[in-house]
Amino acid sequence: MRKLWIIGWKDLRLAFRDRSALIFMLLAPFLLTLGLGLISGRFSGSSSGFNSIPVVIVNQDEGQIGKELVKLFQSDNLADLLYVVVIDKAATAQAHVDNDKVAAAVVIPAGFTESIIPDANAMLTGQASGKIEQILVYSNPNRPTSAGVIQSIVKSFTQEVEKMRIAEQVAFSQMFVNGILTQNDMALIQQLVAKTQSENQKTKNLIVLNNQTTTAEAKDFDVLAYMAPGMALMFLMFTTSNGGRALLSEKNQGTLPRLLVSPTRSYQVLGGKVFGTFLTGTAQMLILIVSSGFLFNLRWGNPLAVLLLVIVAVFAAVGWGLLITAFAKTPGQVGTAGSALMLLFGILGGSFFSLSNFPTWFQMVSKITPNAWGLDGFTRLASGGTLADIVTPLCALLIMGVVLFAISIVVFNRRNVMRV
Amino acid sequence: MSFILEVRDLVKDYDGVHAVKGISFDITEGEIFSLLGPNGAGKTTTISVLSTLYKATSGDALIGGFSVKQQPQEVRKLIGVVPQELAIYDELTGRENLSFWGQMYDLAGNTLKKRIDEVLEQTGLTEKANQRVKTYSGGMKRRLNIGAGLLHKPKLLFMDEPTVGIDPQSRRAILDSVKELNRQGMTVLYTTHYMEEAQELSDRVGIIDHGELIALGTQEELTRQVGETESLVLHLGDTDVPETLAAAVRDIPGVLQANISDQSVTIISPAVEAVLPLAVVKANTLGYKIRTVDIQEPNLEAVFLKLTGRALRD
Repeated sequence: MRKLWIIGWKDLRLAFRDRSALIFMLLAPFLLTLGLGLISGRFSGSSSGFNSIPVVIVNQDEGQIGKELVKLFQSDNLADLLYVVVIDKAATAQAHVDNDKVAAAVVIPAGFTESIIPDANAMLTGQASGKIEQILVYSNPNRPTSAGVIQSIVKSFTQEVEKMRIAEQVAFSQMFVNGILTQNDMALIQQLVAKTQSENQKTKNLIVLNNQTTTAEAKDFDVLAYMAPGMALMFLMFTTSNGGRALLSEKNQGTLPRLLVSPTRSYQVLGGKVFGTFLTGTAQMLILIVSSGFLFNLRWGNPLAVLLLVIVAVFAAVGWGLLITAFAKTPGQVGTAGSALMLLFGILGGSFFSLSNFPTWFQMVSKITPNAWGLDGFTRLASGGTLADIVTPLCALLIMGVVLFAISIVVFNRRNVMRV
Repeated sequence: MSFILEVRDLVKDYDGVHAVKGISFDITEGEIFSLLGPNGAGKTTTISVLSTLYKATSGDALIGGFSVKQQPQEVRKLIGVVPQELAIYDELTGRENLSFWGQMYDLAGNTLKKRIDEVLEQTGLTEKANQRVKTYSGGMKRRLNIGAGLLHKPKLLFMDEPTVGIDPQSRRAILDSVKELNRQGMTVLYTTHYMEEAQELSDRVGIIDHGELIALGTQEELTRQVGETESLVLHLGDTDVPETLAAAVRDIPGVLQANISDQSVTIISPAVEAVLPLAVVKANTLGYKIRTVDIQEPNLEAVFLKLTGRALRD
């Protein structure tokens, strides 16, 4: 174990002293994230970088707040971002989600406004139930990022309405008890309150994805929270294939034979090399996460869950790097295959374009890449998800890594890769 | 006197090539033994098998009583290897390199630190210890390459052509360090294709060619094989064709052999003084320009020439 660590640490140092490798490991993903952020308007506030997220709304509420939520979704502010269809039946809306036709369905239940602003009699007699009907957001698991956007819009709307409801209910109850307001006044006020709350929603301009607003909820989804991990994961593939290349280079340079005639067993040498690649990949990801957090004010989400996701994503990516190395004969072959795989996985795994824009079969194929699972996990966490929300990507990446390692070791043994 | 290395009928074939063809020899503790032979003779393959990097096709060797085939892990603890390539990391400093290789030989803590300082001193790299190896000269890299094989004080040190491609000053330093290591009690198996190095360093020499050990013994024993013969070397001009002159001088009475190498003809004869004027006349007649003439005492080069008909550097 000690030798594994020594070899791994040596490889980590070598990787971070190699300027050309550093360009690919850190500078390239950083600059590409920056570039994509600029193109998407993340830094100028002109656009969200996502467009035409399909969403269906079912408004079963007769009241004012339900109508205002529908208006909000159809507002000019969100016209570039959303493609909204209003329908009548909740079941139909859910079917659209199940069939992957839309990113999410929003169902505003009957009596939603009533549950927020009870009628005057209920308020006077204290018979208002106090139970608030809940809006249902039915999310499409194949489009976690787009669904996250919809969830954020609804969440920020309802939170603001809830805050105002409590404050205004207290104020008007006190006025009525003190004889300042009559029953008729209260009925009128109910209508006005609903209207005002909805208007406030608009004027506060909560649903902004371009970081223009000061409200916390509006930042719930940041387009860079998709782009930054996308680029980091893509260039992680470079690092892992570079690790494989280094193994074969050591063979050619004579350091591997020298290691093999020392009292170090070949499995320790191979383990140390793999561990070194793992350490390098992990360091690369963490540096990119921390630096983008500081420089782009990017929130990656729960730190522990992010760390765990980084570890399993690197594990899976190292598995791919090892597999390439097991089949390659020369460092050049590993480099070429590694670069090709990096780009292929980048495209296939959604590092450049959101997978939700692609057909279902494409999304299925993307599951062979660590990029797709990693991105799924990172976007869930950036949208406020917890460790429990990323169990599926964690398990998928772990299984991917184990399978790739097993295949690679079999091929390594068959091809005597560790013999010189 | 005990043997640190006993080689018995060692054979190594790979890729259809018989690289080593059943060689046998012993090395006594405390001696410097040189394997002398031209490039491709099988020196590196022999060292690779003895150092457990390659597995012997047949035969075996015992190092300190351990079989290189059956007990490679035990053998590895006893040996040090200085490979022909610079098997060090350019992006690490000299000290970091030595630390890494020392740890691969299970050194740690103060012992490791002490040995690193000693080896740096021994190789003359103390002042440059904290600079990255990529800034070192070729000679410094060679010395560090040697140092990395000395950290664990091996009982038997394999040195595979450690002076290839370096300047005369560094070469001298390396040869002196080999002698010093030997004075300190280290046994050395040294491979080279430079006859002068083998002559200067070795207690005994094995001459290897085409995978076979064609001669073995002390220098006196080997040179005795060529008798009282001396070598006369005629160095020709750049455009001269040595083959024609070699064929011509073979007719001179007293010439045992006339071999060509690069732009020179080497004549072996028991009476070179008598042969010299006749050879010069032949050369002039054929229109050759002789640049210089050397007369050499019986040496390992002459032994190799006599045994193989070729010069070592061919």
